Amino acid sequence: MKWIAAVLFAAMLVLLPSVAGDFYVNLASQILIAAIFALSLNLLVGFGGMTSLGHASFLGVAAYISALLTSRYGFAHGPAAIVSIAGTTAMAAVFGVIALRASGLGFLMITLALSQVLWGLAYRMSNVTNGDNGIAGLTRPMPFGISLDSAASFYWFALAVASVSFLMMTTFVSSAFGSSLKGVRDQPRRMAALGFNPWMIRWITFIYAGFWGGVSGLLYVYYNKYIHPTSLSTTSSAEALLGVIAGGSGTLSGPAVGAALVLLLKNYASAYVERWNMLLGLVFLFIVLVMPTGIVPGLSKLLNLRRGSR
Amino acid sequence: MNSAEPTCALEISHLRKSFGGLVATHDVSLTIRPGERRLIIGPNGAGKTTLFNQITGDLQSTAGQIRLFGVDVTHLTPYRRAHLGLARTYQIITLFDRDTLEHNVTLGLLGLRPSRWQMWRPLSYYGDLSTEARRILDAVGLLHLADSLVSDLAYGEKRRVELAMALAQKPRVLLLDEPLAGLSNAERATVKALIAAIPRETAVVMIEHDMDTALDLAETVTLLNYGRVIVDGERDAVVADPKTREVYLGV
Amino acid sequence: MQFWIIQGLNSLSLGGLLFLLASGFSLIFGLMRLANLTHGAFFMLGTYFGATAMRANSDLSIWTVAVSAGVAVAAIGGLFERLVLTRLKTNPLGQVLVTLGMSFIISDACLALWGGDSIPVPTPQNLQAPTRLFGFVFPTYRLVLVGCAITAAITLYLLLERTRLGAMIRAGVDDAQMARAVGIPVANLFTIVFCLGAGIAGAGGVLGGPILSAYPGLDADMLPLALIVVILGGIGSLLGAFIGSFIVGFIYTFGTALFPELAYIILFLPMILVLALRPQGLLGRLGA
Repeated sequence: MKWIAAVLFAAMLVLLPSVAGDFYVNLASQILIAAIFALSLNLLVGFGGMTSLGHASFLGVAAYISALLTSRYGFAHGPAAIVSIAGTTAMAAVFGVIALRASGLGFLMITLALSQVLWGLAYRMSNVTNGDNGIAGLTRPMPFGISLDSAASFYWFALAVASVSFLMMTTFVSSAFGSSLKGVRDQPRRMAALGFNPWMIRWITFIYAGFWGGVSGLLYVYYNKYIHPTSLSTTSSAEALLGVIAGGSGTLSGPAVGAALVLLLKNYASAYVERWNMLLGLVFLFIVLVMPTGIVPGLSKLLNLRRGSR
Repeated sequence: MNSAEPTCALEISHLRKSFGGLVATHDVSLTIRPGERRLIIGPNGAGKTTLFNQITGDLQSTAGQIRLFGVDVTHLTPYRRAHLGLARTYQIITLFDRDTLEHNVTLGLLGLRPSRWQMWRPLSYYGDLSTEARRILDAVGLLHLADSLVSDLAYGEKRRVELAMALAQKPRVLLLDEPLAGLSNAERATVKALIAAIPRETAVVMIEHDMDTALDLAETVTLLNYGRVIVDGERDAVVADPKTREVYLGV
Repeated sequence: MQFWIIQGLNSLSLGGLLFLLASGFSLIFGLMRLANLTHGAFFMLGTYFGATAMRANSDLSIWTVAVSAGVAVAAIGGLFERLVLTRLKTNPLGQVLVTLGMSFIISDACLALWGGDSIPVPTPQNLQAPTRLFGFVFPTYRLVLVGCAITAAITLYLLLERTRLGAMIRAGVDDAQMARAVGIPVANLFTIVFCLGAGIAGAGGVLGGPILSAYPGLDADMLPLALIVVILGGIGSLLGAFIGSFIVGFIYTFGTALFPELAYIILFLPMILVLALRPQGLLGRLGA
């Protein structure tokens, strides 16, 4: 049963552009990007117990590096992508060292402060980042000479990257290292007594999450062909965190579902009202107060109950 | 250092721990031989658990030195000490509640193996870990519960999982912090037999209040009071020592 | 020379404002173990209240406005604490997330009510004339701000150290469970401290108005500064918040004046230094 459902779901994803119009295909691309981003954040929040409010740093910095290198310094997309991901990952390594001096709320505050500093920098270093105007007129890469300018071709590109990232993050979580990470989340002292190095485990996870955050940032800037400081803002980090928590932190598919819901809500709501931030705030309150464990665990509990009663 | 087996498994000299003005351990010196069975006794607040935490590195010592098989570990982190052959159990049960028994013991095995860093393969790829974990669960009589969640266990069974996790590491020095606490008489007998069966490659240092059971397991006894070693030596000599009576009976 | 003195005074006055912001944040964190991310929004709300009141009626004394805005913001904070935060007692992460949600709601509400343009706030008329001291000219209002921060610090210190309420708060900070056990009404204490923190931030927002003006994003500008202050000074320490505020005030002001584009990065440095050498903060206690 599960296999059939998975194959059907995969087929549906691949064939989407042949049944849906460009508007929906583009929406689906955005969802895939948000899902990669949320999954990478979930490695920290759900599996590592490290609640970060600065994950947008990685998305934004990867996007800015790629945008600057291709538009200003004449880099081709390939090398620009490599430098961008490498730079973002290196930044994650440094941020990790700083933020992991603390845990719990201290960690949250440091990640928030670090990302706010980057946001302020993107706004104020206007001779480099173009400040509030953002960097426009960017191009999409042409992997193997294939243009990604149509909605469908970009969607397939994003789907391929998202599949690889989902597979790799899922393997990561179920691996020996993933078990160590969950152990360190639950009983750090015990894990240390068993021979695990809790700090190193958290740090490597932070870097890995930063890496995938960077990948989602690259897709983000390819999709939008534009980058603005808001991509580095607390709102951007908070949207992803809301997706993770709404979907169910610490589950494999929850954050992807949550990210999709947040994105759909944002798209539909902004068609009717301008007040996205207020809505985002209200949804935060609603989710935390009403379904703190998230939608996916809630639904699977419900399904199990129904199965159990049969 | 020569290649011969060191004569001391654990060597503690002039160890001290103070929290602000409060001194928890005071110039504690102890030597444990390889394979020795040592019981540490003393009234509540004598500094027994603090001493354990200093040995494992959960607490940094204020002064003094700890050597494990001749290696100075005083300033090493807890996980480095674990790799030198040190394992422990906790007085307050510290397990992974949402995981199965098999997974708990597997973590004990994984902690000392390089494969703990492997992130490209599922954990289930390592079949030998599962086999070994089940063998250890069998040894503590819990194989039938291998796939149950720890949170579903009875208290006495959790105590045995504590022990299984530590034994999985085949430690050379094992610290047991009140392994019998809160157990019924029948459970006590079971755990006592398990401790008695620990191979002689492992030196066992045990904190325990239940003298009737614990004295049978011990060869040597150390009495702590107010963070100091009061009496230290062969079991019968310590039991017969008037200072022991004084601490316990206030005579 | 005039440059250094003026920038020095600017640093002190920014430090004073930061103290009004960070002291409440630190107090709330110390007692409730809650990182109140709404704090920047409380400050901004105060600024908008002040801007509206003082532009509508230029005869109003800034002190009256600051106190009334402080009370209004404290009331909003109190409602939020009673209606939302108390429901999440066992969920510390959830508490932080709702404070974040609340900050979005307040800042978007401000944007809806007051629009996207920056609203300048006039300096009170009686404080417009510059002060001459030792042959130098000082903007009087900034001197007054420094005085306000020092007064607030002393008042808070006396409140915490010399009153019954303060004794109860200190007991709660040390060990909330023990405080509960000896009959201290900890739940009420939480509400009082949350209101107090929100109120100081709101009043601080009014006082900051004439030098910062009211604009969307003021909350996002101020919150990280407050976070850095408490990371520097040590979470839950009043003196730490005081010292941290002035350190950040100096670094930020001189950073902006000397290396305008890098001021934000320069703010990093003391934070990294402190985290590397004393992760509990300059005056924080371990485990706090």
